[in-house]
Amino acid sequence: MDLTELYQSVILENNRRPRNFRKLPTANRVAAGNNPVCGDELTVYVQLEDGRIADISFEGAGCAISQASASVMTQRLKGRSVAEAEALFARFKDIVTQGVPDEEDLDLSAFSGVHQFPARIKCATLGWHAALNAVHGEAATATTE
Amino acid sequence: MKPPAFAPDWAALRADFPILDQTVHGRPLVYLDNGATTQKPRAVIAALARFYERDNANVHRAIHELSFRATTAYEDARARAARFINAASPEEIVFTRGTTESINLVAYVFTPRLQPGDTILLTEMEHHSNLVPWQLLAQRTGAHLRFVPVTGDEGLLDLRRLDDLLSGKVKLFAFTHVSNTLGTINPVAELCARARAHGVISLVDAAQSAGHLPLDVQLLGCDFLAFSGHKMAGPTGIGVLYGRRALLDSLEPFQGGGEMIASVQFEESTWNKVPHKFEAGTPDIAGAVGLHAAMDYLEGVGRAAIGRHDEELARAACDRLRGIPGLRLLGPTEARGAVVSFALAGIHAHDVVTFADQEGVALRGGHHCTQPLLRKLGVPATTRASFYLYNTPAEVDRLAEVISQAAKFFGARD
Repeated sequence: MDLTELYQSVILENNRRPRNFRKLPTANRVAAGNNPVCGDELTVYVQLEDGRIADISFEGAGCAISQASASVMTQRLKGRSVAEAEALFARFKDIVTQGVPDEEDLDLSAFSGVHQFPARIKCATLGWHAALNAVHGEAATATTE
Repeated sequence: MKPPAFAPDWAALRADFPILDQTVHGRPLVYLDNGATTQKPRAVIAALARFYERDNANVHRAIHELSFRATTAYEDARARAARFINAASPEEIVFTRGTTESINLVAYVFTPRLQPGDTILLTEMEHHSNLVPWQLLAQRTGAHLRFVPVTGDEGLLDLRRLDDLLSGKVKLFAFTHVSNTLGTINPVAELCARARAHGVISLVDAAQSAGHLPLDVQLLGCDFLAFSGHKMAGPTGIGVLYGRRALLDSLEPFQGGGEMIASVQFEESTWNKVPHKFEAGTPDIAGAVGLHAAMDYLEGVGRAAIGRHDEELARAACDRLRGIPGLRLLGPTEARGAVVSFALAGIHAHDVVTFADQEGVALRGGHHCTQPLLRKLGVPATTRASFYLYNTPAEVDRLAEVISQAAKFFGARD
């Protein structure tokens, strides 16, 4: 397979220039995620207001898949309700585990090549697990194990 | 260094390893993950098959012919291992599953010898398998751990305070011969001599050296030495713990079961003599036979020659990689083992490894089971190329080319 199927331009670009890559001073929810296999480590900050994600950011270090996925995630989750966030994560999981792109969501679909690299699925979902843990107020570190 | 009197025909040796002749993702396989495990020559594969096809039976148990053959093959392998590292006798060779089990064995049987306040000395460059067993021993006994520091990126042991570190209630000094992350070759004989001068027992982790460098436990002066078959052209599941005879005799058993006993009653038992005292249950007999074939093979090539070959490849790799913008090489510049580790600014090791894999180049990315060391050096993960006797200068060129392409593909973060 062509490597650009895994590392689509959206991923390379978000890895080089991650969006919302900072601490969030207004955050009232924080959760960490780590993937002991890869050594990916990130922290997701959420400002939750009346069941909506008013603002969201992340910090950390890891492979291009984990960094780009977290970057895209922060863009897609900002302004969403908790229920919407959960639905989006479910859709994203389908994309990365089954490789079926979502025609209406090109940014999430950029991760469809991940399903051919089973070891990397954990990298792609790490930020999402941490974000939903933060939203649900689960303090424990999200791991991909 | 004077030129070798006899240079092996490396290309002919490479043909002894059938697995290397294949393409991966449409490209010729370039296998550079030898620090994790090495490939096996036909002689080893054939020895395993021959044992299972002709001689397989349990050892030391029965009177029948096959059991006699299996026992002979197993004990011949022990004698071979003793010669391989110049142990004083085969009784000093305990077969284990590998380096990890060898170290765990020593850490376990040392439990009654340690008291609260005693110290176990390690170094900052140890593999988790030469760290965590000692952490467990410290937890069991109330002993604590102390570490010989590593000097920055060049990855040498800072020995200036070694005599201080060996002073006091230090009972054991465990350290690696060759670092699996940095490629550093530690001065084993000097470290063992200084440990002995302080009355401290020494244990050498030879996982990365046994198949690469000549080893003579009597010259090195170590009390224990551990290595794995699979990192030296042998099978997985078999390894060696060398221990000085008097020391092994004085220690209590590791696991209980068949083979390790002399006489068993309902309430208590007496122990078999060494090394059987430490080998409960049916051992990996075929593994020992395969290891025997691997040791014969390596001796045929010559470990001094393999060490020179490793060093040439590692030096060539360092020279080629150093030219890549943003690439940070870890480990010593001189006298290194077959390991070259590096980090690319802003590009994670797993992305580099995935990229290289698509080009047929097998590398390792991550913390290499040395998390505390990488934390100290301030890198979350490195990419590692590790060489063996069948690797070629052309493969080093291919490595440099692929890493250079990966650096361009991912680009550094703004």
